[in-house]
Amino acid sequence: MDTCVKQREYTAKDYKSDVKPIWCPGCGDFSVLAAITRALATMNLPPEDVAVVSGIGCSSRIPAYTSVYGFHGVHGRALPVATGLKIARPDLTVLVTGGDGDGFSIGGNHFLHACRRNVDLTYIVMDNQVYGMTKGQASPTTSPDWDGSKLTPDGAGINPFHPLVVALAAGANFIARCSSSDPNNVADMIAQAIRHPGFSLVHVLSPCVTFRPEQAEWKHQVRTAVVDVTDDPARAARRLMTDDGFNVGKVLYKGSRAPYRPEAKGNVPVAELEADFAL
Amino acid sequence: MSGQTVSLVIAGNGGAGVVTAGSLLLEAAAKSGWYAYMTRSSGPQIRGGEAAVMIRLGTEPVSSHDDRFHFLVAIDWQNLNRFAAEIPLGPDSLLIGDPGEGEAPESIVRMGAQRVDLPMKALAKGVPGGRPNMIAFGAIAAMIGLTEDVVLEVLRDNLKRKGEDAIAASIAAFRAGVEAAATFPAVPRLAATKAGSSERWSITGNEATGMGALRGGVRFVAAYPITPATEVLEWLAPALPKVGGVLVQAEDELASINQIIGGSYGGVPSLTATSGPGLALMTESLGLAVAAEVPIVVVDVMRVGPSTGIATKSEQSDLNIAVYGLHGDAPHLVLAPTSVADCLFTTQWAVHLAEMLQTPAIVLTDQAMGQARAVISRSAAIAFMGQREKPAALEAGVQYKRYANTPSGVSPMAVPGMAGFTYTADGLEHNETGTPSSQASDHQAQLDKRLRKLTGYNYGDHWADISGDEDADTAIVTWGSSAGPAREALERLRSEGRAVKLVAVRLISPVQPEKFERALAGVSRILVVEQSHSGQFYRYLRAQYDLPRQVKALHQPGPLSVRPGAIVEQITQWS
Repeated sequence: MDTCVKQREYTAKDYKSDVKPIWCPGCGDFSVLAAITRALATMNLPPEDVAVVSGIGCSSRIPAYTSVYGFHGVHGRALPVATGLKIARPDLTVLVTGGDGDGFSIGGNHFLHACRRNVDLTYIVMDNQVYGMTKGQASPTTSPDWDGSKLTPDGAGINPFHPLVVALAAGANFIARCSSSDPNNVADMIAQAIRHPGFSLVHVLSPCVTFRPEQAEWKHQVRTAVVDVTDDPARAARRLMTDDGFNVGKVLYKGSRAPYRPEAKGNVPVAELEADFAL
Repeated sequence: MSGQTVSLVIAGNGGAGVVTAGSLLLEAAAKSGWYAYMTRSSGPQIRGGEAAVMIRLGTEPVSSHDDRFHFLVAIDWQNLNRFAAEIPLGPDSLLIGDPGEGEAPESIVRMGAQRVDLPMKALAKGVPGGRPNMIAFGAIAAMIGLTEDVVLEVLRDNLKRKGEDAIAASIAAFRAGVEAAATFPAVPRLAATKAGSSERWSITGNEATGMGALRGGVRFVAAYPITPATEVLEWLAPALPKVGGVLVQAEDELASINQIIGGSYGGVPSLTATSGPGLALMTESLGLAVAAEVPIVVVDVMRVGPSTGIATKSEQSDLNIAVYGLHGDAPHLVLAPTSVADCLFTTQWAVHLAEMLQTPAIVLTDQAMGQARAVISRSAAIAFMGQREKPAALEAGVQYKRYANTPSGVSPMAVPGMAGFTYTADGLEHNETGTPSSQASDHQAQLDKRLRKLTGYNYGDHWADISGDEDADTAIVTWGSSAGPAREALERLRSEGRAVKLVAVRLISPVQPEKFERALAGVSRILVVEQSHSGQFYRYLRAQYDLPRQVKALHQPGPLSVRPGAIVEQITQWS
C-alpha cells in the first residue's frame, strides 16, 4: 500500500456510484446514502480505503450505490463479513449498512456478538419497522398491533425488539439515534461513529413510504434529544428505556472499552512450526 | 502391508492413562525406526468414561488397522463392551487383563482370544509412585521388542517437567511390566531398523490439516468449536500468530464462514474447520463465495450423521452435502485427503486451488483420520502457494471489471486499498462490473465463466493416488480414509499374485472424466469402497463417470472402519 500522504480533497460526489437505486421515491434510505457520502467526505477518506458491507434488504443495497469497496452478502450476515474484513485488514475503515429485519431478526445473534466483540466497525441501521423488499411484513421492531401485513392479519402480536437497549446490554461502545429527515445530522453521527474506536451503532429512523405510509409523519414526531453524551451505562440504560423512540440527533452512549483487535505479531517462517511434530 | 506389523489395543477408564501409554509407545516406536498409526475411541462422557487406543506399528509406513489385533491390554474392563465391535480379536490374539479387575465382558470373551493375566494394579502398588499404565507400557514394550535404552530416553524426555521422582517411578514401573511379560506367549516382534527417527514426525490428521493450511498461506481463521474438528483449531490458535496470522472464535458457524469470506475479500487467504452440522449451516454462504468469487477453504472433519449422530466417531457420509448441498448451480471444489499424512498436502493444495480459482474449496477429512496419530516421514515442503491474480493498471477512463468474462474464467481480483479498482462483490447475479443484473444473458455468461474456471484448470496428477498393476483388469476405487485399508488389501492381493489396481480419488469435484477413463483403461471390473450406509461415493461415481460393466460396491456405515480383509474377500470372491 502506498504510504505517501494523500493530499486530494474529496467531496460527497466522489463516494457515489453511477448505479441508480431501486428504492421507491421518498424512501428514507436516499438521505442515509447521502449522509454516508457526506460523512466520508468530511473525513476525507480515500474511497479505496473504505469498505461498506451489507446483507439483504432495501437498505442493504447501499454498497453498490457507493464508489468505495463494497460487499453485498447474504441475509443477516453483514456483521460477520465486516468483522472478518476488519480483523484481517485493520487499516481499512469498515461500515456496515442494513435494515431492522436483516440486523435484528435473521442476523440477531451476530448483532449481539458484534456489540460484545467490539471490533472497530460502524453499523448503520435504517429502521422502518417493516420488511420492504418482500412487500411489507412485520419486522422485529414493528409494534404488536400493526395489521398491515397479509402474513399477520391480526397484527404481529408480539412486543418489538428494542435495538438500542439490547446494544447497550451487549456491550456496544457507541450508540446514536437519528432521523433520515435530517441528513446533515445523520452525516455528523456517522462521522462521530467512525472516529470512535470499537463497535458503533447508528440507528436511523428511515421511513418506508410504500408499506408504512403513516411513517411520513415521523419527521414531525421526532425531536432533538435533550441529553448530554454519557459514558455511564446505567444512565444510558435509563435514558433508552424511558424514551418513546423519537428522541433523535444525539449520541446517547459513548463507552471507552478498548476494541477487540487481535494482532498478528510474529513473522517466523512456517517451517519453524515443524518442531511441533519432529521427534 | 509390506514389512512386519504388530497391532494392539490399550483400554481402560478415562483416568487410567491409556492415551499417555499409547503416545509414549508411538514415540518409542519412532525412535526405533518404525512407523505407527494410532486411533482412539472414547465414550461420550466429558470426563472419565471408557477410552481405548488402537495401535499398529510397522517397519514400513502404516495407514490402516489390520483385520484383527494381536493383543489387547485392558487396565480395567469399564464399559469395554461398548468398544467390542471396534476391537476385533481372534483365537490367536491375547486378551491381557488384570485379574484383580474381575471378569472381562462377555462380548470380548466371545471373540475367543487367549486370556493372559497381568496384575497391573498390584505390580504398580509395589513401586512407589508407580501407575498401572506404566506396567502395561513395560509389558507391551517387552512383547513387541522395544529396547530399554530407547524407552528410557522417551520416558526421561516426556517426564522431565514432572521431576526426577516421577521419572524414577515410571522407569521402575516400566521394568516391572517388562519382567511380568517375560513368560507371555509370543506376538510379532518388530526388527529394529536404522534409526532414521530424526526425519520422523508424530502428527495427527487434524494437526496436519492445520500445517497444510499455513503452508498454503492461510493467515486468517474463524471457527466455532465442534467435535471432531476442534483440534485443527486448537493447533492453529497458537501457531497462526507466530507466522503473522489471526484466529477468531466466532459465535456460530454462520459467523465463521462469513468472517472468513470477509477476511478473504480483504486479500488474506482464509479457512474454517467444522464437522457435518457446521457444514450444513454454512451451505448458504458457500454459495455466496461461489457467486461473489471469494476464495475460502472449509475443512469438514466428518463424523457419524445425520443430525448430532455419533459426534465422536467416524463416517464418510458428508460427500453428498459437500458436492450437492449448495442451492443454484454452484460449481466449487471438493477435495479429500487419502491418509493422515495427506491431510497436509491436500489442505495445502485446496488453499492453492481456492486462491488460483477464486472459489470455495471443501476439504473432507474424517474423525478416524483427523484424530488418528501417525508416525510418518517428515512431510517435505512443496511449492503450492496459490497467488490470486490481481488486476494490472487501467488506462484512464476505463472501468475495472471485477467479473470480467475472461477466456479462463478467472477474473483479476482487486483488494481493498487498491486505488481505481473499487467494486462491490455481490451474491446477487451481476454483470462483469459487479452491478446487480437480472438479465438472462448476464446470468448465462457468469454461470459459464464460474464453471469454466474450474473445468478448464489443469489439476495435474494430484486428482487421485493411483497404485498397483498398470495392466490390471480389476480395480478398487475409493476415497478418504477408506484408502488406508484399500492400500493394504491391494498389497495382500498382489502378494497372492493377483493383478489389481487402486484409484484413491483426491479431487472429488470437479470431476475428471478423461483422467478417470485413462486410469481405468483395460479395467473390466471395479470394487467401490467407502464408509457410508447409502453408498454415496458409489452413486456419485455412477452419476458422473462411465464405469466398467462389472461394478461392486462395498459400503458400510460408521463407526466401524472398512477392514482390509473385507476388501480382499470381495475381490477374491469375484474370480
